[in-house]
Amino acid sequence: MRIELEKRASPSQAYALLSPVIALALTLVAGAILFAALGKDPAHALYVLFIGPLTEIWSLHELAVKAAPLIMIGVGLSVCYRCNNWNIGAEGQLVIGAITGSIIPVLFNDWHSPLVLPLMLVMGMIGGALYAAIPAFLKAQTNTNEILTSLMLVYVAQLFLDWMVRGPWRDPEGFNFPVTRQFQDEAILPELLDSGRANLGIVFAILAAFAIWFMMRYTLKGFEIKVIGASERAGRFAGFSRKGMIWFSMMLSGALAGLAGICEVSGVINKLQPEISPGYGFTAIIVAFLGRLNPLGVIVAGLVLGLTYLGGEGAQIELNISDKVVRVFQGMLLFFVLACDTLSIYRVRLSLARAAREA
Amino acid sequence: MGKGEGVAAEGVFAYATLLSVSKLTKLFGSFAACDGIDLDIRPGEIHALLGENGAGKSTLVKMLFGVLAPTSGSIVWNGEPVRIASPAAARKLGIGMVFQHFSLFEALTVAENIALSLDEKLPLARIAERASELSQAYGLPLDPHAHVADLSVGERQRIEIVRALLQNPQLIILDEPTSVLTPQEADRLFETLFKLRSEGRSVLYISHRLEEVQRICDRATVLRHGKVTGACDPRQETPASLARMMVGAEVAHVSAAGTTTRGDVLLEARHLSAAARTPFAVSLKEICLKVRAGEVLAIAGVAGNGQGELFDALSGEYPVQAEETVQIRGKAVGREGINARRLMGAGFVPEERHGHAAVSVLPLSDNLVLARYWSDRKAFLSGPLGIIRSGAVRMAARRICDVMDVRKSGDDPAAGSLSGGNLQKFIVGRELDRQPAVLVVNQPTWGVDAGAASRIRQALVDLAKAGSAVLVISQDLDEIFEVATEIAVISEGRLSDAYPAGALTREKIGLLMGGLQGKTEATDAH
Repeated sequence: MRIELEKRASPSQAYALLSPVIALALTLVAGAILFAALGKDPAHALYVLFIGPLTEIWSLHELAVKAAPLIMIGVGLSVCYRCNNWNIGAEGQLVIGAITGSIIPVLFNDWHSPLVLPLMLVMGMIGGALYAAIPAFLKAQTNTNEILTSLMLVYVAQLFLDWMVRGPWRDPEGFNFPVTRQFQDEAILPELLDSGRANLGIVFAILAAFAIWFMMRYTLKGFEIKVIGASERAGRFAGFSRKGMIWFSMMLSGALAGLAGICEVSGVINKLQPEISPGYGFTAIIVAFLGRLNPLGVIVAGLVLGLTYLGGEGAQIELNISDKVVRVFQGMLLFFVLACDTLSIYRVRLSLARAAREA
Repeated sequence: MGKGEGVAAEGVFAYATLLSVSKLTKLFGSFAACDGIDLDIRPGEIHALLGENGAGKSTLVKMLFGVLAPTSGSIVWNGEPVRIASPAAARKLGIGMVFQHFSLFEALTVAENIALSLDEKLPLARIAERASELSQAYGLPLDPHAHVADLSVGERQRIEIVRALLQNPQLIILDEPTSVLTPQEADRLFETLFKLRSEGRSVLYISHRLEEVQRICDRATVLRHGKVTGACDPRQETPASLARMMVGAEVAHVSAAGTTTRGDVLLEARHLSAAARTPFAVSLKEICLKVRAGEVLAIAGVAGNGQGELFDALSGEYPVQAEETVQIRGKAVGREGINARRLMGAGFVPEERHGHAAVSVLPLSDNLVLARYWSDRKAFLSGPLGIIRSGAVRMAARRICDVMDVRKSGDDPAAGSLSGGNLQKFIVGRELDRQPAVLVVNQPTWGVDAGAASRIRQALVDLAKAGSAVLVISQDLDEIFEVATEIAVISEGRLSDAYPAGALTREKIGLLMGGLQGKTEATDAH
């Protein structure tokens, strides 16, 4: 028997809208099977993972905290991926953004001014953008594959952070723990409400999503991104610069990842430490694709993936299973999203039946 | 191979038809590319399959060669119903095919390329020997040890033909074989085909060139919109009656250019040279040309002789090193990009519609922005953010569609949903709408139906009459004689002098195409 993928005459519109939903449903079914195999009640397990966190006010706040960096990074990545610049290193750009953004609270801990926070945010964005400029430079000037370079730079960034907090930036009064000083109050991202921890980060995330959505929908820059993504040759005919687009998209997504990094440090952790992100930069890749590379879709996708982080914590407590199960779910989700996207362009055919009929 | 010969010999004498196809249908989704096709091919005939692009010719032969599986219908070969599951199965039956686009490895030799396509394993030396035997027997001169990269397009086609002949086929399918040949090379190919016919083999000859079909084919089947619209003896028909079967209507005649007085030189290349960008691209060597207001300069040439590279250099998609080698309206622009040249009043239409002149997935209005956002930025963009004025763009797109009679579904459909001819009318119209002082067009009617082609050609002629300079790069000699006031020929990246259109014959152009510029005609005599 042979399985054939046959290209559809035109991509199915209904399918394009439905495919993320189908992918989610398939992930839930596969997850249920997984839990059954582990000897857990699938219905209860899925409830703990996906419904439980939505039933309490404080955990809704937590959801906003987790979703904010995912949305910020996911929006930036959606621009990159739209024009075929495969930035896989958002996690590294997040880390560098967190470090550059922390220069003021770590080195000028006594400076109390309302300027501190805005400066931190800007410096975080600049740091992330400059770090993303490295793979952009390598791709634009030497045609190096940005998937490899941006990914490898993640580990460089993480080890650099590790060295910083153990070495030059270690808190002198911190009993040798690998952390920096606690940030001054002016360096902390304000919380939104008294009822929980949600901070300004989620507001930035949603603003960023709408700004990028506007750019993609209405401006020449967005048009340029779409054209270069669809056909580089047509982009050249239009007079758009492929190299310029590499720089622009990589640095834009780097800046947003850097912003996510400094928001996380400033709003949630309040100091630097070796681990500042549970892989937001990587999970945001899934967010971008689940959101169909549409900035508004990314908001929804960011909330869904944020939920998996929260559910993982619940699963650890209530089901006695490792929080690694979250990674499994995220992986399955990406797998099904990409599979469903393929099916919106191709239809599957099994060619055994016809062979038998005509023979 | 021995077995194939036995079956074939029997086939020739036992059956009146070699291949019989009935009610063959191929659906892509709900679209019928082939709709109930009936076709009979007799032993020892050259059978033409006529039709415009998109008529279903390629789909039909792909089914005969096992590349596509039919949705319904039957194929009878030598009296036996068969199902052709793969090209290997087709070759086993005795069907050989020469595709329009060759599948050859340029870095390998002729013999190595042939070895790769054979279903059975043979020593390379034996293949080389067989190949040179066959090439001599059929008048297809070919050195089996030459590297493909060094060969001309005509020689590459011979490899494909020899490759097909090695399988000792009873039926050879040729898909638009002369589109890449000079007239002289085409004559040589026809002699090979006559030789094959005299041996009792059949040829299915796909073309849209009526003159050729009338000259060499015994019978013809005409397709339109996936259906058979006629089966005839082409020698009994007139070109007009064949065209009517292909197009379904009379084709308007382009009224010739060259009635206006000539003005200033608006487009000029002065010793324009450009290195090849890839190992197998063509470098441009010292190209000189001048196009005056009111002129249509047509550049003839066989595909792959530097036409694309010349277009890139003139349009500024790939600017050249020396500023003064390209001049638009008297200003040196060699190092300027395409948008700077557009601002000087130039318009450009590249050869490839999808993914170069237009983005298939974007609507027509976006494809208008693609070429015009900079030259028309006052009308199409607003504010420092560069917000696209979709109202103005859509109105302009509608205007272009009306003027050029672009048939489409819906107000602003995706470019990819239009037929080739309608999309090309839009792409040409997009430039004409600006009234460009200089228009450079590469293959204006490549793969376009006859109705749209005559409309586009007329528009080019009219633009020149209105005082613009038009440069047309084309492989289609009929087209060139229809629109040109001056003709030059490009060969291996060199351009011949330009001659007034009336002073050139097909023969002379053919010699220039073969790169025989300066040599005497006697050297070509055989």
